[in-house]
Parts: sequence; structure tokens; C-alpha cells
Amino acid sequence: MKLRGTGVAAVNYPTGMNLGGDPSQALIHATTSGTFVVSLSSTDLGQGHRTVIGQIAAEALGVAMEDVIVDTADTDTGPHDMGTFASRATHRVGNAVIAAALEVREALLDVAAEELEAARTDLEFDGQGNLMVRGAPARSLKIADIASAAQFKYGKTIAGRGAFMKPKSPVDPETGAMDPDSTEAHACTVAEVEVDTETGEVKVLSIRSAYEVGRQVNPALVKGQIVGGAWMGMSHALYETTAPYYPDPGHAPKDFSEYLMPGAHEIPQIECVVLEYPSSNGPYGVKGVGEMTANSPIPAIVNAIYHATGVRIDELPVTPELILRGLDAKRRAALVAPAADTTATAGR
Amino acid sequence: MASTIVTFELAGREVEVMVKPMTTLQAVLRYQLGFTSVKEGCRQGGCGSCTVLVDGEPMMSCLLPVEDVAGRRVTTLETITPDEGVHPIQQAFIDHTAFQCGYCTPGMIMISKALLDHDPHPTREAIVDALAGNLCRCTGYEPIVAAVEGAAQATAGKGAPR
Amino acid sequence: MSPALNVVGRSVARSDGIGHVTGRTQYTTDHVFPGMLHLKIVRSPAHHARIRHIDLSEAERVPGFVRALTYRDVPHNVYTILGLIGVEPEEEFVLAEDRLRYKGEPIVAIVAESEEAALDAVARVKLDLEELPAVFDVEEALKPGAPIVTHWGNNTFMYEGHPCRRVRFGDVEEAFARADHIVEGVYDTKPIEHAAIETTACIAVPEANGRYTVYTNSQAVYFSLDNTAIILQIPGNRLHFVGGTVGGGFGGKVDVIVEPLATLAAIKTNRPVKYAYSRSEEMQVSSTRSAWRIYVKDGVTRDGHIIARKVTSYADSGAYSRQTPYALTKHAANAAGPYAIPNVSIDAYCVYTNRVPSSAMRGFGITMASFAIEVQMDKIAELVGLDPWSIRFINAYRDGDVKPHRKVVEDATLIETMQAAAALVGHDLPAEFRTMTSAPRHAGEE
Repeated sequence: MKLRGTGVAAVNYPTGMNLGGDPSQALIHATTSGTFVVSLSSTDLGQGHRTVIGQIAAEALGVAMEDVIVDTADTDTGPHDMGTFASRATHRVGNAVIAAALEVREALLDVAAEELEAARTDLEFDGQGNLMVRGAPARSLKIADIASAAQFKYGKTIAGRGAFMKPKSPVDPETGAMDPDSTEAHACTVAEVEVDTETGEVKVLSIRSAYEVGRQVNPALVKGQIVGGAWMGMSHALYETTAPYYPDPGHAPKDFSEYLMPGAHEIPQIECVVLEYPSSNGPYGVKGVGEMTANSPIPAIVNAIYHATGVRIDELPVTPELILRGLDAKRRAALVAPAADTTATAGR
Repeated sequence: MASTIVTFELAGREVEVMVKPMTTLQAVLRYQLGFTSVKEGCRQGGCGSCTVLVDGEPMMSCLLPVEDVAGRRVTTLETITPDEGVHPIQQAFIDHTAFQCGYCTPGMIMISKALLDHDPHPTREAIVDALAGNLCRCTGYEPIVAAVEGAAQATAGKGAPR
Repeated sequence: MSPALNVVGRSVARSDGIGHVTGRTQYTTDHVFPGMLHLKIVRSPAHHARIRHIDLSEAERVPGFVRALTYRDVPHNVYTILGLIGVEPEEEFVLAEDRLRYKGEPIVAIVAESEEAALDAVARVKLDLEELPAVFDVEEALKPGAPIVTHWGNNTFMYEGHPCRRVRFGDVEEAFARADHIVEGVYDTKPIEHAAIETTACIAVPEANGRYTVYTNSQAVYFSLDNTAIILQIPGNRLHFVGGTVGGGFGGKVDVIVEPLATLAAIKTNRPVKYAYSRSEEMQVSSTRSAWRIYVKDGVTRDGHIIARKVTSYADSGAYSRQTPYALTKHAANAAGPYAIPNVSIDAYCVYTNRVPSSAMRGFGITMASFAIEVQMDKIAELVGLDPWSIRFINAYRDGDVKPHRKVVEDATLIETMQAAAALVGHDLPAEFRTMTSAPRHAGEE
């Protein structure tokens, strides 16, 4: 028999960390052609860090993406960064880049004021790569030309330094009082499953989620995290382990044929909507999305299995064996006490 | 055991390599010839990141002794990339953001090329069948399936891209 | 802040897309250097053992063998990754000294002209071991008489004098006493592997100026550099760490395991040295996500308000703690979930066993808390006769609420997120939940 069920789960997820202080730094300088090099030691794990930081830098500098080069993961050229984890990279590095861009803009204003023979306070960036005298679009300079003039005419650098740090927040060992994060993102997932009562196999039919992640810098990349995370959550819920008989350490997989994960055949329908409630302290209101995306699918799937079968499974991964044993136990319980409602016992 | 010389066709020319017996095609491509699009996710035949085509058939180069490709034509991601622009499958992977870390991407594109060369209008089922031996840890596969569907549509009626 | 944004908020194409689809993106092991040596590790075959003797004589005769490194070659052999942020004590051995605490623990590093020669030499190292009783379960490890894994005499990480990270908020026992229902659950999760498609790797290259360039897929290049400098007792300015694109991390590349030994081997041989995990090393000896056992006890009113929650969590750290003590702190801060619960008590234990060390993974300390809490929420809902949506709306935290770790909530959107999810799946919410917001509560509002 194939039984269908639906499960819900809702989660929060913190951005960043607190122990020991959590710094990121950025340097930006202009080349002669007016290209801005953003130097970082932070690392792109594949989530698109370079792209997203390039967007934040372009936005903060008021230039086009094409005029920004993001150089990452080099300890000789990039200033200090704690690393890419804890959903911190966009938030921390983005803030550092904005701070560096502000210094760059100050340097540009100094040179442009001289070039345009205008007061610094009368100048504004148009966001399209130009600096102009407010209300007089004809008196405008390309940022690239200002950068060039700075170097060849004025002997000045167009550069900026930026840092962001979440200060160290010790934990009170008695009460646990602490400030462990910078902001919280949220998700709610509804999973639909079909359970085969003969084989114990679970087919995940759909994973549909709403996320609230603060400002999205790049919605396509946010969606990529959500879709990939939904798959990882399903994999975590139903397939993966390095110790299938924990605590027994035996039977540890050596390769991908023994370490089970779902493949392209098993992907469910994945849908999402993303809400944006900008955070007060992230770059342009960013919160973060990288780590949290496997979290709500796991309990949503486990709750859906219960809804489908009446079998409560409180361990991961939920293997076919666990489901079959649970169904057996339920049948036996029904035989012993046919009048009892076996689905109404909570806890254990 | 003594090394031997093996010749095969790569990027339209004959290449000659000197190898110890049982050296894999993967090792030769990466470390002798510099074709580093051929990845090494497991070297156990379990992830597909090293997929290349041998006479048009997809093979995991980590399990293939290079002697076995003597006299045959080897195709890698480097050899299908045009001098200018990108192959339609590559474009589809960009359009669908069908990668995150990119480490599985060369193998994914090569297995997709093998599929589309044989079956220019694959069903979704045929696509997921083709991808079954290639692992991705980042994307959840859906964007990759969508990219292959997109590539098939982009090349429909134009014949199989070479 | 500018209300009109030009580039932020747009789905611009990835700047590395062309590199990824053409295979031109360079990953760590795509670098090849003339004269490069290969490093492979002799690992413990036992879960817990004393080392009587190591015989390298046969390994040294393998053609292509260059040299072996033991703990005597490692200047600062006992370290703790989080020592950089003040976490104590130092506990993990870069190379084992007299005792082996997990199967797979590194004992000897073999450096050879080729990978094959290195593997051949590794296979020819003879170990004389005395096996010791081992412990594999988080609660077994805490019982009197359990084999002790650590060098300080008990099997827990110590948090400022406590064997666990504690959170105490309100009075849970008083609230349990007046609760209409008590709902208890025990949640078990097994360890999992990060399984990034690119394995952990680095190549250390001696430079003409006396420095070492280390190409690495570390998720945190400075963190790796600073730890390497400590372990090798050399000034950090002799090291230059270069990353690029990491072929997937998920927390699996924040341990500093390959860089110190590869750099040490480069120093000792004055040649480039590559140390890359095989897939089976990745599966069997690289850090996992911890196994967890989580006990949750909730006190609930008959209308579904959770008035007390007590959580006792055990994370299986394996033989060394790596990043796990921090995961427990994060876990403790989030074990109440996104709910307003006035009385909370949390004890989160980082437990040592004779298992492969666990460490960071995506969702660090929180993924398993969310699993336990969200299954628990469904059990509560069923017991009090509410649907899964209602129980969550009734208990959802809001701005201005105080979390058990005493932080005031300032950007709650759980309610709005659940409303959006309900709309997405076509679930009709009653008006009271449709119109609810995360805005601060009025005085006296529950």
C-alpha cells in the first residue's frame, strides 16, 4: 500500500558567531582604467561569494559590475577574514566592502572637486559610474576618468579600507547569557511524501518552502541555495550516514556506492517563495541563507511520514527498516488492543 | 614493469604519452597533458566528475587504463569548448545556474553531451537516467536537469552540436 | 541607505560561470609543480590502542620513498583548532605519540616521489599495538568506568568549570508542575559526511625567498595559516596561503589537517609536497557531522502554550573536539527554537568517544536542534488537539521577546514566513493567524 502524508516545520537560523570576535576586512583600489579591485582573503565555496560581493561593491561604489574585480582567498593580498562558514560571508564581508567603498568615494570626491572646481558637498554619484555637480548634469566626470586623473595628475590613490567585526561576546557559564549572532533568518517548509508500506521506502513528492532571508543580493543564487538545501535535507532525512548502526562503528562506507544519497531520479518538486525583511546590520539588509536550507526540510519530511503512516520515528536517517519495524509495532499494538487509538500517544 | 607508449586522438590531433601499465586516462589527461577539466572527485568510478567521451561514448576516465584508448578519439570539456563563446550545453548551464562549486560541472556537461549526441530530444526520464552516475552535492540536480532540457531546446532542429 | 538599488537585488550571472562550464576554474589539485612529492598517512587500524613500536625499515626501502615524518618532527604537535580564539586545552595530536584514540588517526606521514610509492610505503609500515577498551556511545562515555578518551580524565569538554554548555531561563520545574501536559521525546541522529565532490587537499611549495606558498581548498585561509604557523612554530609571515574556488565545503574544509603536514614536509625536503585526501579517507577519517542524542521535555498548557522546555543534548565529538564545543554553544542558544518559551533549561554536552572526530557542518549545532524541536512540536499539537500550523503560530516568537540566552529578539519573521508558506501550499489559515504579525506584543499579551 502507498500512503501519502504532509508535514510542516518552521525554523530560525542565526547569522554569524560570537566567540573570540568575528572580523572581516576588505581593501579596494582603483586601477588606471577606473576598474576597482576588491581584495579579500575570504573564500568562495561555490555559493557565489565573488559574484555577490561584486554586486555589493558595485552598488556601494556606484559603478557597473563589469568595473569591479573581486580577488579572494589570498593571505598576501587580502586583509584578514575569519573564513566562509556560519552563514557569515555575505554579511561580514559585504559590510567590510561597503565601508571600504565609502573611503573610495571620499577619495574620488577629493579629486573630482578639484577637477570640476566645485565644492565637495555639491557633488553626487549617479550610480551609473559618474560623479556630477548636483543639478548640473553637464558638469559630470566618469569615475574612470577621476581615477586616471588621481594617478597621473594629482599623484593620489583612490583606495579604501573596510572592516566589520562582531565583537567577542563571552557566554555566562551559569545562565548561558550571550549574544551569539547578528540576525535571524527564517523558513517554513511543507513536505509531501508517499510511503510504500511493503518496502518501507519513502518517496518525497514535494518540498515547498517560504524563506525570509533579509535582502537578497542575488535572488537566483538564493534560490540555488534553497533548492540545493532541500535536496540535502531530504538526503539527510532519509539516506545518509557514516555509521549506519551507531553506536557500532562498523559498516562505515568507503565510497559513493556505500554512502547513500538520492540522485537525479529522486528529486521532488521543489518550490519556494522568498520574503525580504531587511536586517538592521547586514549590507543593504542582508541576513544570510547558506547554511539553513537543509534544516526545515528534515523535520517536515519526518512529520509527513508520521502523517502518512502513524509511525513516529525520532531518529535520522529514517531508513526503510525503521519504517517497516514501526509499521509492525503498530500492527501488533492494534492486535493487542484493537480499541486503542494508536496514533494519539505523544512522546515516549 | 616497463613503460609503454600509447597514442590516441585528442583535440583533433594525435597525442603520444609514455605511461606505466594501468595508468588511468584521468591521470594522463590531468597530469601529463594538463587537461584539468577532467576532475578527480573519487577515483573510484563513483562520482562521474572525470567523465570524458571515447569515440563518442561516455566513460569514467578514472577507471580506464590509458592503453584501452590507444588509437581512439578522446573528447574532454576543453575540446568541445569553441575558441570563441561557449557550446550550447555550456550556455544552458550558465543560463540555469546549474552549478555552485563547479567541481562536478565538467563531468555533468560531458555526460549531457553524450546524451544529446545520441538523443537530441530526450525525455526528462532519459535525462535523469543519463545523469544517474554523476554526483552533485550543491545544486540538488534540478537546475542541471533544467539545463539539459534547455540545451536540447536550444539545439533542436540544428542537429547535434559537435 | 539608498532605497533604489542598481545591482543588489538582481540575478546577475555568476562571475565565475564561464570558468566553471569550460573547466578553466582552477581548483587546488589542478596545480602541478615540477619535482612535486606526495604525502600519504599511516593510520591507526584500532579504535583505541597504545603504540608499542613502529617499524619503518621496510617502508624506507620502497623505491621512491623520500622520508617519513613522525610526531618528533612536529614542533608543536598537540594543538586545538579553536586555540586561535582562546579555546582550551590543546588536545589533538598532529601525529600520534604513544596512544591512538580513533580508527584512522594519523601516526606517520610518508613522503615519496609518486603517490603509488607513498601508498606502497604506507602499506609496509609495521605497527605493534596494544589494543585498549573503546567507547562509542555518548551516554556510555559518561558512565563511571567508561574508557577515558581525553588526557584530562573525563569524557566531556569543560565549559568554564561545567561539563556542558548551560542555559538557565525562568524556572522549568515550577512550570512543569503547573503544566497540563508533559511531552517528552528522545531524538537520535547518526553522523554524516560532508561529501563535497572535491576532496580536502593542499600543495605546499617552497619559494626562493624562504617562504612557503600553500595552495589550499580551506574554507578559511587565514585560520589555516595561523594554525599552521603555531603547529610548525614558524612566523606566520613565512607562509602564503592561496585559495581559489573550493569544490564544495559544507563545513568539511574548516579543519586544519592537511596544511601543517604538507608544509612541514616541504620544509624538510625543500620540494613541493601534495597532500590530498582520497575519497575513502574523506569517507572514513575526515570529520563528520556529530551524532546527536537530544532529550526534550516540554510542559504545555491545554490550549497549546509551551511554558517550559528542558533539553539535554549530547553531541558525539569523537576523539578530539575540533569545532564541536562551539557547535554546542550555538545549539544551546537555539534549542528553544523560534518560539517564546518563558522557562527553559538546556544542558548541551560535547562528549568524547573513540570515534572519528566530528566538526563543523552546514547548520552547525542547529540542524539537529531544529529536527528535534519540530518533531516535538507535532507531538504537542496532536496531544492538545491542534493542527501543526496552529501550534507554531500560538508559540511563535516576536520582536521584543527575550530568548532564553537573554538576547532580545529584533528581527523575528517566523509568523510572516509561515503565512507565506501556507499561501504557497494553499492552506487556509484562520483569521487570527492570517492577521498575526511579529510586531512586539502589547502589554499583557501572551
